[in-house]
Amino acid sequence: MEIRDLYRDVILDHNRNPRNFGVLAPPARRATGHNPLCGDRLEVYVTVADDRVTDLRFEGKGCAISVASASLMTEAVRGKSTAEVEALYTRVHALLTEQEAPTDPSLGKLAALSGVREFPARVKCASLCWHTLNAALASDATKPITTE
Amino acid sequence: MNTAVSVPTDRLPLDVERIRADFPILSTKVHGKPLAYLDNGASSQRPRAVLDAERYYAEHLHANVHRGVHHLSQVATDAYEGAREKVRHFLNARSTKEIVFVRGTTEAINLVAQSFAVPNLKAGDEIIVSRLEHHANIVPWQLACERTGAKLVVAPISQAGELEIEAYAALFSARTRLVALSHVSNALGSVLPVRECIDIAHRHGVPVLIDGAQAVPHIPVDVQALGCDFYAFSGHKLYGPTGIGILYAREALLAAMPPWQGGGDMILSVSFEGTTYNELPFRFEAGTPNIAGAVGLGAAIDYVTSLGLPRIAAWEHELLLHATEELSAIDGLRIVGTAADKASLVSFVVDGVHPHDLGTILDQEGIAIRTGHHCAMPVMDFFGLPATARASFSFYNTRDEISRLAAAVVDACRLLR
Repeated sequence: MEIRDLYRDVILDHNRNPRNFGVLAPPARRATGHNPLCGDRLEVYVTVADDRVTDLRFEGKGCAISVASASLMTEAVRGKSTAEVEALYTRVHALLTEQEAPTDPSLGKLAALSGVREFPARVKCASLCWHTLNAALASDATKPITTE
Repeated sequence: MNTAVSVPTDRLPLDVERIRADFPILSTKVHGKPLAYLDNGASSQRPRAVLDAERYYAEHLHANVHRGVHHLSQVATDAYEGAREKVRHFLNARSTKEIVFVRGTTEAINLVAQSFAVPNLKAGDEIIVSRLEHHANIVPWQLACERTGAKLVVAPISQAGELEIEAYAALFSARTRLVALSHVSNALGSVLPVRECIDIAHRHGVPVLIDGAQAVPHIPVDVQALGCDFYAFSGHKLYGPTGIGILYAREALLAAMPPWQGGGDMILSVSFEGTTYNELPFRFEAGTPNIAGAVGLGAAIDYVTSLGLPRIAAWEHELLLHATEELSAIDGLRIVGTAADKASLVSFVVDGVHPHDLGTILDQEGIAIRTGHHCAMPVMDFFGLPATARASFSFYNTRDEISRLAAAVVDACRLLR
């Protein structure tokens, strides 16, 4: 286990230059995620038309893993149906937590997060954006999402 | 005899390499690298003398205390009460009646909040705390306030992380009932002028609790010289076991406080018509206590005393200066908490490197530090930071470990920026 298994080039790049960083005005759906352990906060904005994600943005402050994961997520879910987003999250969750699972080739760039499973304390950093996106899609933006 | 060449042993610098050999865990390897344990503010490691004392107690002395007439019950009681006397001496309390064994600083503060503050508070009364308190010295008072309608009043700090003493003095009014202050800030390292704070409070007739969790490993504490009414600390930050801590309380105050937990050992007689409580300090120690923990704490006090707190403080100050110098030289690194009087810890943030990433990267190098809000969110809010990285030093740390820390921070910058 090397530190570069966690901080791969794709992760470092998306941390330095996060994609889709910003806000969407209402009626875009919105949710807030919070990781009390490290103080990270994340806002996810998502526009859905005909049950398909047409646009999304995120903003907030966080560690390299949480920022890169959110950035990668925004690229991966654009254009997908809500059912496809849910299925993708299931595969990402397996990638982050299952030690023996072979990396799913359909994950594309998200596979760069596979090193996270060697660092259990950091799984929450990588999954916060997905929980927040799910909350935004469920439009239950009244309560903040927390990883604790 | 030629006295000119003999240096008193209490002035000799510590032999750090020899001391390190007393701590079995310090030879651990983490991710294949030698452990550099720089998280002593969270919990310190235990020397063999403490581990041996706990083991000896379990193998040779254990029985319940204050109960039986049999041999083991008596030797266990002697060991437990012997530890209480060591604590009394360590704090220079007048009497062992003033030394209550608790689980830790948190429980000590909760005991005072429930058993002293609540019965004495009315709606509109005020408790003064400072902006740099640990959550354990905030939340118990908030609970007491909720029950009584009293409120917390917060003494401000400066950008350096020092208590604003004049603003603190101006907070007192006829409604002030209690002051609760850290001796040393866990998040910033600032040493508070507690003697002066206590004098100011006493001029207003207000009792003072001092949270000494971060102070006792570094600073000689004399509760009579300080004049504090309550002093709390934990065993595990003083090279002792977890699950044991101390509440010192002035006898006159403790004698007037109702018990806060009921059970065995805290009573003299029980009938369904009524119960007579035991004398001090046992009235506040319901149930079978952490006897082995108390014995371990006694051994830890012996160990620390044998090294000498002034010698410990001298070496730790050298480490602090070394760390401050090496870390300050790193581009984009900012030290948070620059009080003139500081215990041996450095809290810092680094441009472009989140503390959480830094914690993981340092861990891969075998370097253990704390990252996060340090259970002191109001301090973090004051500085506008969600988190910092904190390296906190002990007498067993070396200059080399600090150089490794600085080098690893530089590597993290290279990786992430």
